[in-house]
Amino acid sequence: MSATRHEPRARARGRLAALLAPPLLWLVLAYLGSLAVLLLSAFWTTDPFTSDVVHTWTTDNFRDILTTPVYRTVALRTLGIAVAVTLLDALLALPMAFFMARVAAGRLRRALLVAVLTPLWAGYLVKAYAWRVMLGEHGIVNAVLAPLGLHGPGYGTAAVVLVLAYLWLPYMILPVHAALERLPAHQLEASADLGAGTLRTLRSVVAPAVRPALLAGSVFTFSLSLGDYLTVQIVGGRTQLLGNVIASQVTLDLPLAAALSAVPVALVVCYLAAVRRAGALDSL
Amino acid sequence: MHLTRTARIVLGCLTAAGLALIYLPLLLVLLNSVNADPSFAWPPRALTGEWWSRALHSAGARDALWTSLRAGLGATAVALVLGSLAAFAVHRHRFFGRQTVSFLIVLPIALPGIVTGIALNAAFRTVLAPLGIGFGLFTVVVGHATFCVVIVFNNVAARLRRIAPSLAEASADLGARPWQTLRYVTFPALRPALFAGALLAFALSFDEVVVTTFTAGAGTKTLPIWIYENLARPHQAPVVDVLAALLIALSVIPVYAAQRLSSDTAGGRL
Repeated sequence: MSATRHEPRARARGRLAALLAPPLLWLVLAYLGSLAVLLLSAFWTTDPFTSDVVHTWTTDNFRDILTTPVYRTVALRTLGIAVAVTLLDALLALPMAFFMARVAAGRLRRALLVAVLTPLWAGYLVKAYAWRVMLGEHGIVNAVLAPLGLHGPGYGTAAVVLVLAYLWLPYMILPVHAALERLPAHQLEASADLGAGTLRTLRSVVAPAVRPALLAGSVFTFSLSLGDYLTVQIVGGRTQLLGNVIASQVTLDLPLAAALSAVPVALVVCYLAAVRRAGALDSL
Repeated sequence: MHLTRTARIVLGCLTAAGLALIYLPLLLVLLNSVNADPSFAWPPRALTGEWWSRALHSAGARDALWTSLRAGLGATAVALVLGSLAAFAVHRHRFFGRQTVSFLIVLPIALPGIVTGIALNAAFRTVLAPLGIGFGLFTVVVGHATFCVVIVFNNVAARLRRIAPSLAEASADLGARPWQTLRYVTFPALRPALFAGALLAFALSFDEVVVTTFTAGAGTKTLPIWIYENLARPHQAPVVDVLAALLIALSVIPVYAAQRLSSDTAGGRL
């Protein structure tokens, strides 16, 4: 913009190249390069006796994944959990973000934002671990539910959904809160002046502003859940997700692990492409 | 839009309940670090300071903390340079493939950590091993920096969007050379964003487990790796809990610092 306006084109172009070269070289070499190596190794195979990678071109790994029912079950279960976590977080985040951005005022608003932000720093493992202790046989969940004659979910799929939703909730609240805060007050007033009730205003003014932010938040909740494998190991009991299957195959059969990891990558890339159309990446 | 009193109260209650749910597990970790029962049976019957002294004397935990600090600082330094450069390029210039650059920068945190982890693992094994570079702190820093770039990029780009272009133009009209404008006009305006970006990038690196698992090798243990390895050992549970409590307590510092030093409402962007 301003820098280019006063300068000759060639100089601007040189400056652009100098700015862009280091980050692009890093990302292309270290990141895309690694992904390419991974993708390539998905077409190799493993010696069943030595577990060494054999460099012969084959599509067997992908055929195995598509034809083995266990992989399909695990993939669908992972997808289901990611969708459940995303919906749960959206449901929790909307009222909280709305209260923080449009009802609370002044110091309270700022304090609430800090309160939501602080746990982000407490660490992933710390929080998963906290839930492991809470959901344990003698943990607080069972202790509280016991007088009611109930029993907590214990370790399993329900616990995984719960803990993942807990872990990613701030990632959903923050973009939704930012979108609601940016919404100009005069738009809401104009809507009321034109005779719209609260529900109509919510639907016609607030919802369009919040939608990209919800999608931006869902990028985090969805893709973080898709690839997670530690929470599952900590509170999942015997539940297996794609992440676990990949992790357990890395040392045994790297080509198979590589082919398996194409599944979450494909899902996330499709999701990102769909979400980018809705303009959500700009509100990340 | 007019919200009824009832609607406001209901929203307030939901928010309070949500916050209670967020903080309850963390408070329990703090409480359990002084729970005399090593398996944390609820409710606690007696309190003890023994776990804290045991944790402070644990050499493994101290080494892991030191490794984590070095990895975080290394990754943050790389991310600051690369993220700022990319933000300037994307903000100051219009060029073919500009969207693709933003997409490429977001990709490392959008793709599952396990994929990034095993991709880097496979690449390091094929490329670095023949060069004689083994897995260690260096590979951890490379891995972490890759997904920290986006944090700095987002913060700096958001700030650049808000600096009025007229400021730089005024500086040029007053005879400043481009680097003088950068030094005296743009950099001071960017400082809070750089700080927030660095803080968030460091936190992301400090907390990361999955990519670290696949890039660290056997000898390098960051704090999360150490915690994870000791989660499964029942006799270490109290020490793990103390470390968790310590991390929760320390997490107040960066948030406070970000709030003080940055005028962004959220103290930074993810």
